[in-house]
Amino acid sequence: MIEAHLPILQIVVPLMAAPVCLLLRRRALAWVWATLICCLSLGISVHLLRRVMEEGTIIYALGSWSAPWGIEYRIDPVNAFVLLLVAIIGAVVILYAPASVAKELSDVRGSLFYATFLLCYTGLLGITITGDVFNLFVFLEISSLSSYALISLGSDRRALTASYQYLIMGTVGATFYVIGVGLLYMMTGTLNMADLAVQLKPVMGSRTVLTAFAFLSLGLSLKLALFPLHLWLPNAYAYAPSVVTAFLAATATKVSVYVYIRFFYSIFGTDYTFETLRLDYFIVPLALVGIVVASLVAIFQTDIKRMLAYSSIAQISYMMLGIGLMSVTGLTATLVHLFNHALMKGALFLAMGCVVYRMGSANLTDMRGLGRQMPFTMAAFVLAGLSLIGVPLTVGFISKWYLVLAAIERGWWPVAVLVLLTSLLAVIYIWRVVEVAYFQKPSDSATHAVEAPLSMQIPMWVLVGATLYFGVSSSFTSGVARRGAELLMGIGP
Amino acid sequence: MTPAAVIVLAVVLPILAGPLIVLSGRRPNLREAVTLITGGATFLLVVSLLPQVMAGLRPEVTILEVLPGLTLAFQVEPLGMLFGLVASGLWIVTSVYSIGYVRGHHETEQTRYFFFFAVAITAAIGVAFSRNLLTLFIFYEMLTLSTYPLVTHTRTSEAMRGGRIYLGILISTSVAFLLLAIVWTWHLTGTLEFTPGGILAGHADSGVVTVLLVLFAFGTGKAALMPFHRWLPAAMVAPTPVSALLHAVAVVKAGVFTVMKIVVYIFGIDLLSDTGASVWLMYAASGTIVISSLIALTKDNLKARLAYSTVSQLAYIVLGAALATKWGVLGGSMHIAMHAFGKITLFFCAGAIIVALHKTEISDMVGIGRQMPVTMVAFTIGALSVIGLPPFGGSWSKWYLVLGAIEADQLIFVAVLMISSLLNIAYLMPVAIRAFFTPIPVTGAESKLANDTTHVGLAGIHEAPLLCVLPLSFTALGCLVLFFYASDIYQLLLPIAGR
Repeated sequence: MIEAHLPILQIVVPLMAAPVCLLLRRRALAWVWATLICCLSLGISVHLLRRVMEEGTIIYALGSWSAPWGIEYRIDPVNAFVLLLVAIIGAVVILYAPASVAKELSDVRGSLFYATFLLCYTGLLGITITGDVFNLFVFLEISSLSSYALISLGSDRRALTASYQYLIMGTVGATFYVIGVGLLYMMTGTLNMADLAVQLKPVMGSRTVLTAFAFLSLGLSLKLALFPLHLWLPNAYAYAPSVVTAFLAATATKVSVYVYIRFFYSIFGTDYTFETLRLDYFIVPLALVGIVVASLVAIFQTDIKRMLAYSSIAQISYMMLGIGLMSVTGLTATLVHLFNHALMKGALFLAMGCVVYRMGSANLTDMRGLGRQMPFTMAAFVLAGLSLIGVPLTVGFISKWYLVLAAIERGWWPVAVLVLLTSLLAVIYIWRVVEVAYFQKPSDSATHAVEAPLSMQIPMWVLVGATLYFGVSSSFTSGVARRGAELLMGIGP
Repeated sequence: MTPAAVIVLAVVLPILAGPLIVLSGRRPNLREAVTLITGGATFLLVVSLLPQVMAGLRPEVTILEVLPGLTLAFQVEPLGMLFGLVASGLWIVTSVYSIGYVRGHHETEQTRYFFFFAVAITAAIGVAFSRNLLTLFIFYEMLTLSTYPLVTHTRTSEAMRGGRIYLGILISTSVAFLLLAIVWTWHLTGTLEFTPGGILAGHADSGVVTVLLVLFAFGTGKAALMPFHRWLPAAMVAPTPVSALLHAVAVVKAGVFTVMKIVVYIFGIDLLSDTGASVWLMYAASGTIVISSLIALTKDNLKARLAYSTVSQLAYIVLGAALATKWGVLGGSMHIAMHAFGKITLFFCAGAIIVALHKTEISDMVGIGRQMPVTMVAFTIGALSVIGLPPFGGSWSKWYLVLGAIEADQLIFVAVLMISSLLNIAYLMPVAIRAFFTPIPVTGAESKLANDTTHVGLAGIHEAPLLCVLPLSFTALGCLVLFFYASDIYQLLLPIAGR
């Protein structure tokens, strides 16, 4: 009985739990409650993915109002995979949170933080699970508004401007999105994704659909920080509290990438997107430039959280490149990298959270000699960093393998070479940290630094372990991603 | 134990010893016991596979599937057997030497040193036993990363710079070229298994084969083919035992082993000799042989000279592979073992001189034959073996390489090999001659001291610690023994040359 309602429970449980955090008032109680909810949510998403892989697409009509009139949740391997990703990161980050939140957000009511966190979490899950484009907008706003609030909690006053910047850019993105959706509704009279895909076919040639396409692609590119629409991201990641950075970096942009795929592969369809409008001419060059520029900029950052933020822009560009390659292998690369990058970037930001916890800053000069003072944290940083570079036996290698293979399959040699060469830029920016942490004498404050508490270490190492595990045996991730990619390309079940 | 279990254990045993080494870090004797016992056990495991391989069996085991259709799998074939034996065998010798060296030289952070050494050995044996290109690539990168802390062991800014070049070149070449070539091969053939006769025949025309060979040859940065050789001299900032094992045996031999294995089992020597795709590589290797020998001549620092000598000798093996003939492949493969023994002896001696006399420059090593007779005799033997004179092992591999060049109808490379031998004499023998035959210059204030230490017979002898001298004597002896047992290596390797 309850099993049939799991899709809605995935959303309703954290949504209803958020206000309860406020009622609990005590920081510790709110944390226990939020952790419980996140773990429950993770269980649901695991179950949903398993069911999707066994039985195929799950369709759930809200309140039994059947589509296209009611809202429906439609879960296939693609979004089940993203749901799982958001749930995993949510659970790990919430486990990690208490010590870090107590330190960095000492003047904020803890229960408020956990309530906002759960709302953001709900929003991201909702965007992923829903089969209705307007419902998606609602969740997009829930997640965006709560993430503006979360970012502004950062202890540095610049967090406020960063949050404001994100608010402006995010709102522009969301508005573009909703304009696009409005235009589509005008032409088809439906908001259901599956129905839209059918209803759009006869009116594909119209200028209105073309305009909608333009608004949607721009609005979503803003949300996912496609170069050069990434300007909000570095500040937001650098000044947000460590926990928030780790959570948003691992999930928010990934969910936007998912929406991008959903719109241009499932709703507009590959024929229209890539044959008629040649969206690949638009995103592939931007992705390539984005990879190179963002990686180069990352090399020159002295704030490591900001450096990792630029690295994220480059990594998102890899995902967009996979989308632009328009093949099963390319999409597999994107989906695998979506998952893999979340694991490694999550681990890296959690490691930086440990550094900030002890040193009070993520500045490179404050990390001198930390290899000796905080050996486990820095080891985790190095391992996750190796994954970012794409060293074999880590998840980064799996992503790179698929992306290069996809480029070679298309015969795009320069792209294949560029993807490999740019991973060398990652070597440079990761190794800068390694050299500072392991070769230089500790700064005065670092001589007294000790290892971060276990409550932070364990969640961080869970993610590091996952980057290694899914790097050694990728059959789960690449299996699900391939099923999803085949579905999106219209091949297979 | 089943052969599969033996293979797995041989690969993972050194890395399993890692945590034990860390745990016993406060008790150096126990820690070194762990290293030595593991080394002995690993070697025995590798040796226990030898009879099966000699009998023509190819023990194998698949661990898991990394990517769909791509497995982490091991298979022991003759070439890997040889490399595995050399790497695991010389690990024990080097461990003994390391103990003498790091204690005699008062290195710090010895636990970290032995830990990463063990990891590096796992990587080397993993490379040796890999059954497909993916497995090989995995362990190849692991070897690069695990040796980085060893190369930069001293943590000085000089070590940091050396480490940058080391890591920079090895990672760049392997990611930009080798990985690209691997993915391309997978795209063309749908397999990455090492298969006798190669897998590319019928899947690629001669142009593609040539480009792939360029990518593979330069992508294997560890083979130090010019112009990607700079990491090897840069890595000489490492403590000498690291230079000895890693830059005479494990790392560089993993490189040339990879080239040889790819030529034999991915391209197949027939494909290369039919298409002529490897002719450029013969010239590239020859260029490296001659140029780096000339550079070696100019180096006064003994370790730097040995480093360039290594670059040159590695190119012999690449040349053997590029010749793509039976004798060339045999000679090149055999040179992996022969050069390993010769060069490790030379490095051990260089380290012993540093420990005992604190001398690194050749110009300072005047008359040291009288202070360190055992070391310098061993040095001379190692030098003669590297030069390729009988009765030392190196003469056989050079013999087969010359045969290979004749067989390939490329007489110019016979000349290259001969010139190179002369150059070897020119840069190695002066060290020995100066040590034994040049009298110590007597200058002013030092004269009394010099007289005291050199002309009173045995009293003037100042050898390195016994734990340094024993290993280098052992490997020098090995150079001699290999000359007489070369036919066994020949028998082991014969199947890889086909026909």
